[in-house]
Amino acid sequence: MSDLSQLKTLSRGKKPKIALCWCSSCGGCEESVFDLAEELVDIMAVTDIVFWPAALDAKYQDVAALADGEITATLVNGAIRMEHQEEMARLLRRKSQWLIAHGACAHLGGVVGLANFHGSADLLNRAYQEIPTVHHPAGICPFGEAPDGAGQVGKRGFYETVLPLNRMVAVDFYIPGCPPPPELVKEGLMMVLEQRLPPAGTILGKRQALCQSCPRRGSLPETLRLKEFSRMHQVTWDAAACFLAQGIICLGPATRGGCQARCLQGNMPCRGCFGPLDLVRDQGAKSLSFLASLADSADPEDLQRFADSIPDPGGLFYQFSLAASLLKGKADDQKNNH
Amino acid sequence: MTVFEPRIVGFLCGWCAYEGADAAGRARKTYPAHLRIVRVLCSGRVDPQFVLEAFRQGADGVMILGCHPGECHYKEGNLQALKMTAILKKLLGQCGIQEERLRLDWVAAGEYGKLVKIVGEMVEKVKSLGPLRLREDGGGINSALTRH
Ligand code: SF4
Ligand code: SF4
Repeated sequence: MSDLSQLKTLSRGKKPKIALCWCSSCGGCEESVFDLAEELVDIMAVTDIVFWPAALDAKYQDVAALADGEITATLVNGAIRMEHQEEMARLLRRKSQWLIAHGACAHLGGVVGLANFHGSADLLNRAYQEIPTVHHPAGICPFGEAPDGAGQVGKRGFYETVLPLNRMVAVDFYIPGCPPPPELVKEGLMMVLEQRLPPAGTILGKRQALCQSCPRRGSLPETLRLKEFSRMHQVTWDAAACFLAQGIICLGPATRGGCQARCLQGNMPCRGCFGPLDLVRDQGAKSLSFLASLADSADPEDLQRFADSIPDPGGLFYQFSLAASLLKGKADDQKNNH
Repeated sequence: MTVFEPRIVGFLCGWCAYEGADAAGRARKTYPAHLRIVRVLCSGRVDPQFVLEAFRQGADGVMILGCHPGECHYKEGNLQALKMTAILKKLLGQCGIQEERLRLDWVAAGEYGKLVKIVGEMVEKVKSLGPLRLREDGGGINSALTRH
């Protein structure tokens, strides 16, 4: 491909150093890098990848030994939940000229941010005690007190709240998506390599809502009024028509475009992984207000039926952005019930 | 023990409830000073972000007061507020915020008696619920965040 072969001539001198790191992540964002396939080989030829836990055997000390700002750009995926992740994020921030949030978890807290609907003690208890497939009579929790009074089992902190990357360190720009399309990851890397960096805080992708670039938009009506929403298994749906027009919740109107409408092309309604549009403070609130406005009646019974057809508003509206939302998750129960 | 004096943020429609608050003043009626009023052009203008932002900035309760159904200056802005509130209350419940901390009601320009009454009720309700403590926004090594 032409843009990369051009790069080879550009970087004949010193190769720019690149790092990739994962924090609280599922690994899907790493896949979005591997999905670059042959292009990844081209990128590796013109860069010097100094740290990439998913693929290389470089360690913390190797990064620490670099001069501040020596790494040209670092891509961080995953949210911050643990102390060592914060430490890594801070170290990489110091060593990098550009720090890029890669994927919805680093951008907005992502799916892992949904853990903020629970307290950390409940989560640990669930994971290490309650899960039916766990048989663990000793009851040792890697983050808690050792049962024999021998002190803390683990040294590393497990935070109460999941946070997006920019709550911890300054982020230069964002590659949205869960995971981002490989084309967008490539675009982010090319921006760095060609030194055409976007203004600080830029979120790659489009500045218009997804509907603008959705292949189904032809059937999105000008005004829409619904008695209630249906779920996909409850109705026979048209595989080419706008989901909302069919009464199936789609968050396209309140979601940043730029994902190539991959879900829509795969017969799935949008769930909002590219995050909100510019100037929107709280993605969930925006999804809530546009969906609420579709109710065709304000009669209490009708409205109740309408509200009941959104069984889990929190999980739906904040599937990717709870940790970046105004409420951040569930309020502290202990403190509120006195 | 210090007495809990709740902070209530009220989004009042300029065509009705805000006039009602003015009328209360002219009639020398008092309503609890816990209410901090934000005048809006219509209750339908109240974005759920405003409500969440009010809670985030320290409100213990939020009131949205608009015109009676059928009397909205913009035809059905107040009905939009009603629809939005129905779903927002459900969301607040999931976030551990009692639904009663958000109250939508109708107050006509002349109904200062009703305004005084419902603000008083709201203050009492929120007093009984106690202060609202949201999930902390901080984090990290340099903060006093709880760790396990
Ligand atoms: S953004 Fe999605 S794909 Fe990437 S780490 Fe988070 S959950 Fe996984
Ligand atoms: S609502 Fe969903 S299906 Fe309809 S046009 Fe928008 S993105 Fe496409």
